[in-house]
Amino acid sequence: MRLWNELSYFTCWISHQARLCTPPTRLCTPPTRLCTPPTRPGPALYSTHQARPCSVLHPPGQALLCTPPTRPGPALYSTHQARPYSVLHPPGQALLCTPPTRPGPTLYSTHQARPYSVLHPPGQALLCTPPTRPGPVLHPPGPVLHPPGQALYSTHQALYSTHQARPCSVLHPPGKALYSTHQARLCTPPTMPGSVLHPSGKALYSTHLTVPGLIQPICFSTRLLTRFSLSPSFLSQDIRNTVGNIPMEWYQDYPHIGYNLDGKKIFKPIRNKDELDEFLDKMENPDYWRTVHDKTTASDIRLSDEQVDLVHRLQKGQFGDVNFNEYEPSVDFFTNEVMIHPVTNRPQDKRSFIPSLIEKEKVSKLVHAIKMGWIKPRKPKETTPQYYDLWAKEDPNAILGRHKMHVPAPKMRLPGHEESYNPPPEYLLTEEERMAWEQQDAEDRKLPFLPQKHSCLRAVPAFSRFIHERFERCLDLYLCPRQRKMRVNVNPEDLIPKLPKPKDLQPFPTTMSLVYIGHSSLVRSISASPTGQWLVSGSDDCTVRFWEVNTGRCMKTLEVGGAVKSVAWNPNPAVCLVAVCFESTVLLLNPGLGDRLVVSSTDQLITSYEPPEEDKEQAVTWALSEGPEHDNGHRLTLTHPKAVKQVVWHGKGDYLASVMPDNSSNLQVLIHQVSKRRTQNPFRKNKGLVQCVSFHPLRPYFFVATQRYVRVYNLIKQELTKKLMTNCKWISSMAIHPGGDNLICGSYDCRLAWFDLDLSTKPYKMLRHHKKALRGVAYHKHYPLFASGADDGSVIICHGMVYNDLLQNPLIVPVKVLKGHQITHDLGVLDVTFHPTQPWVFSSGADATIRLFT
Amino acid sequence: MGGLQKKKYERGSATNYITRNKARKKLQLSLADFRRLCILKGIYPHEPKHKKKVNKGSTAPRTFYLLKDIRFLLHEPIVRKFREYKVFVRKLRKAYGKAEWTAVERLRDNKPGYKLDHIIKERYPTFIDALRDIDDALSMCFLFSTFARTGKCHVQTITLCRRLTVEWMNYVVTSRSLRKVFISIKGIYYQAEVLGQLITWLVPYQFAHDHPTDVDYRVMATFTEMYTTLFGFINFRLYQTLNLVYPPKVTQHEKLNRWVSCSLQKLSALSASLARVVATAEEEEENQLDQFPADGEDLENMEAREKEQKEQEAQNRLFEGLKFFLNREVPRESLAFILRCFGAEVSWDKSLCIGGTYNVTDETITHQIVDRPDIDKQYINRYYIQPQWVFDSVNAKMRLPVEDYFLGVTLPPHLSPFVEEKDGDYVPPEKLKLMALQRGEKHEEEEDDDDDDDDEEYNDEVDDEDLTEEKNLKKMEDQRSQGKTLAVKVTPGKVKPWETGSVGNKVRLEKEEKAEEKRLAIMMMKKKEKYLYDKIMFGKKRTTREVSEHLRKIHSGSSFLLLLVL
Repeated sequence: MRLWNELSYFTCWISHQARLCTPPTRLCTPPTRLCTPPTRPGPALYSTHQARPCSVLHPPGQALLCTPPTRPGPALYSTHQARPYSVLHPPGQALLCTPPTRPGPTLYSTHQARPYSVLHPPGQALLCTPPTRPGPVLHPPGPVLHPPGQALYSTHQALYSTHQARPCSVLHPPGKALYSTHQARLCTPPTMPGSVLHPSGKALYSTHLTVPGLIQPICFSTRLLTRFSLSPSFLSQDIRNTVGNIPMEWYQDYPHIGYNLDGKKIFKPIRNKDELDEFLDKMENPDYWRTVHDKTTASDIRLSDEQVDLVHRLQKGQFGDVNFNEYEPSVDFFTNEVMIHPVTNRPQDKRSFIPSLIEKEKVSKLVHAIKMGWIKPRKPKETTPQYYDLWAKEDPNAILGRHKMHVPAPKMRLPGHEESYNPPPEYLLTEEERMAWEQQDAEDRKLPFLPQKHSCLRAVPAFSRFIHERFERCLDLYLCPRQRKMRVNVNPEDLIPKLPKPKDLQPFPTTMSLVYIGHSSLVRSISASPTGQWLVSGSDDCTVRFWEVNTGRCMKTLEVGGAVKSVAWNPNPAVCLVAVCFESTVLLLNPGLGDRLVVSSTDQLITSYEPPEEDKEQAVTWALSEGPEHDNGHRLTLTHPKAVKQVVWHGKGDYLASVMPDNSSNLQVLIHQVSKRRTQNPFRKNKGLVQCVSFHPLRPYFFVATQRYVRVYNLIKQELTKKLMTNCKWISSMAIHPGGDNLICGSYDCRLAWFDLDLSTKPYKMLRHHKKALRGVAYHKHYPLFASGADDGSVIICHGMVYNDLLQNPLIVPVKVLKGHQITHDLGVLDVTFHPTQPWVFSSGADATIRLFT
Repeated sequence: MGGLQKKKYERGSATNYITRNKARKKLQLSLADFRRLCILKGIYPHEPKHKKKVNKGSTAPRTFYLLKDIRFLLHEPIVRKFREYKVFVRKLRKAYGKAEWTAVERLRDNKPGYKLDHIIKERYPTFIDALRDIDDALSMCFLFSTFARTGKCHVQTITLCRRLTVEWMNYVVTSRSLRKVFISIKGIYYQAEVLGQLITWLVPYQFAHDHPTDVDYRVMATFTEMYTTLFGFINFRLYQTLNLVYPPKVTQHEKLNRWVSCSLQKLSALSASLARVVATAEEEEENQLDQFPADGEDLENMEAREKEQKEQEAQNRLFEGLKFFLNREVPRESLAFILRCFGAEVSWDKSLCIGGTYNVTDETITHQIVDRPDIDKQYINRYYIQPQWVFDSVNAKMRLPVEDYFLGVTLPPHLSPFVEEKDGDYVPPEKLKLMALQRGEKHEEEEDDDDDDDDEEYNDEVDDEDLTEEKNLKKMEDQRSQGKTLAVKVTPGKVKPWETGSVGNKVRLEKEEKAEEKRLAIMMMKKKEKYLYDKIMFGKKRTTREVSEHLRKIHSGSSFLLLLVL
């Protein structure tokens, strides 16, 4: 039973091999029975058996099998007959037959090899060294390897008594010791050893045949020689491969390859062919094509015709031997009869008849995974087309809130003329512009590229920053915050407020009609007589001049003792008085112009003063002028303790206020009564530097402008009624509307504030018409006009209509910019005043002139 | 006081925004994946109004996203795919490392992929939305289609881009929707009107790219991935509108030449007569504008529209009946595309490229496009013109006289058709000439005459400006103020001549009055409006300055004196 088992196993394997080996390429000669019957008589239980070695080359070069021969005869295991075979592996690796070793005392002898080679189609030499000498046979190493490297057969045991095992090793010179312990069999008859090496270098199989007492192996080898005969020249050379099938590069750096029997180096043939020689050889040598280089001997070999034939045959996939019949009747190597006894007596393993637990575990794991849904069947590949009608159903509900909020990316700017390859010449940059462009930072440049002109389309080069620009666009698309910016696409004309046309608001002064020339220095102040016939002006040249308005004639010039700061004509038409202030004096003049009756009545009014009984201490001294001064027109002199800046008449013409700006005392404003020659200080407290003061035209109110505020006092109740915030830095001048409910303030920071007293304490309107500091403002008595003069030399006339209807806000329309004054010392217009009856305006300037605009 | 203390930054704008890093963490994505997701979904950062508040008091520069946007991203199925892909890569690497090739193969088979269809649909709920946003997609695909297989991106992407762009061009040719073309130094701009949307794209010149190192190709590739999907769907829909099958079949011609590169395919496709079936449909469309009873403004609008339509039809037939031959040095692809868009027959030398339908020797060729100074063998019955003629003619919507474009002639400047001059903008004289030509005036006017006209026009324009008016006024004021003398006597003033003078003076006076009125009104403007007004006026002044600069450049060489006179 055991035997059967083993045998069956063996057959199995063999058949398997055979399967692997198909189609079998049998290089060996047609099977010849080389073995003679055993020569040695004796008690050998096992008689000789004849082996028909047969090596089968597997096409991919794997298994090379020498099937053990079947024997005729009773002995199952007889002596083997081995015959060396060298089989060429198709990919062309040399197959080496180990040469026989020499008998003798030298244990480690050098090999004797008689190489013979078969040319493999790609041209590599196949060496087969037949034994040259009878003698000790080198037994190849015992284990026989199956091609994939599995040990198949156990080591042979020397069965025969005649055998002597001897180890043998071959040393390879470059120091890579290749030890192979051989077991040599010493047989009296020469043996023909054969070892077949697998191309990959693994010893595959070795057949050895001991053919005692026969010279046949030699014959055979000669036969082999004839079959695989080399060129005679080669044979004559005593160069043989003595190193075996080793990588030849081990000898690359040595002048020799291997050693001969005497231990001398076998030198490589001298080879100094260079590429050129090679080439010449290729060109000239007719046999070049059939010359191959043998690495193992480092020599060139010219192939004979038979060899070439062989090569051709092999290339065609035919058998090397012409006469080989590949369709021989098959021979059953093993018996097909089932043996009843096993080869061994070992009982069967338990595991061979119980199911595997490991497998069970694996299967159960898989089943569990499938149950749990961990393993899913592979999904079928999707078959929907790559593109289809995506918007086949346009669902209005698909438009989400997101889409309404979405800010689409702005499109790329479309190119202008300057981007053309052939732009109009005016778009090209000049040399300076180009320089400037190059020096600018990339962000500051107005154009991201330099305009260029090319004469033709062919001359246009690639744009080097193309990919950059595309990339930057990409960055913009996903990195830039987007914002919906309200682009103000307004017509600038629409921004301009719709105002009534100045034409419709006439009359107002439009042209300069008269220039009053005479002063030699700045004209600080002007004032018109209530009749409108005369004009008084005070200047820094210490004169006061009286002018006739209509003719521009200077009627009178009065020298006073200092630069005149302010002049004011008494608004009462029944009184002809002019207040002039210079230094710390306020002078009341009677110019003696106009109606004589009025002039004389004025004089009478002044002289009719009767001093009161009890003389009160007053802040100012009143002095009546006499003598030449009286003739000049001086009537009263009010000497103040400090320099006076401004004088203002009350509307009735009896009261007069004077301003002495002083930040540190409460004596800044004084109110004088001319008829009673009385003076009083209305304020007990200092509320700041007083800039100017004014009387309310109708009611007993008194306006005091300090630096930033205007305070309105009720003179009867003696209290503060209002404090107006002007939002200005420094008030320069102030005027009150004849109606008394509105007020304008000019300031040094170029603003004019209009207050509606009924409305609020904040300005109803701030006008920033002037470019420079305002110096004077004025209302017209009858016409809805007001004027402002400033250091920029212009007088701006505005229409300022105040309606009786309290609900309607005043209408303010600038109607005219009057220019004429020249700017001297950075000063332009210093004072403006309206004509009392006509829509005319007077302005005095730093250019020492007074101008009348009508 | 009772109640809970209000904590800072827990309400209001601070809770509406999220920084990029936080968003990334919330989505559990790497930065690269987050970036990809943002690109695909069209999410962009937002600039909060009060950055410091949103930044919780810090002023460090941060990128903010709307929290809503990030929440929206959370629901995106593609995020899961990203994660799956990450896992896949990890597994694959592991299998590679262990040299488990079967595992590698299995993993490869199950490689997780994703589709962008739903994102496209979501981003562009209607077709028109998508079409509106296709400019960038076109430019990008045209760029990618010119890439060589240098490993900057996947080869499949390049071929897909090529295919899509060819399909697009074929659509434009078939629907005759090209409107404007422009040769710039960057490339060639095309503008087509597709379903009422103006679509502009830029095609680089056919050169090998010098790939910059400071460009992140992954970003561009992500964009292209999205764009190709979008573009394919749009192409599908557009072909559908033409009653054509999508994807279009490769013509037999191409099939024979499978080996030729795609760019050649492009060309051959262009030269082959495409889908003639559509022509009938188009003819039907021509008469589509029905007459509706209308009055007043509607009537005017209607007429204008009709006129426009007619012009459009005329433009579409611009080169109909002409037979062009492209010399070997001209850019075949663009010219063939343009010419075929306007109904011309195009061919080129067979040895150059496939697709040439007739030879140079064909006697019926009317125009040969040549881009070299001279050509040896010339046929007498055809015009030899430079390629710019085609571009200029398309932009002018008429066949321009060919004399200016003959071989060796200095070409007239090539103007951008995209510039629409507003009032006061600089108009190059060539454009004025062209406009005159379009109006039907004779071209053969004397050059000098033309120039003078232009100059006068400019002069008028400049006159309109406030600047000059103010100058005039100032002058007048000066004159007025000089009327004074230093004598004591009263001197009679002079009456200004124009105040009583002729009609011209009256006109002048009126103008002056108007100007003054305006100036006074400007004085009354509110501060805010004044600021705005000043800004607008500043811009206007800048344009006038530019105009004068251009004028100066024109005249600097030839007629400097003329300028002085002006």
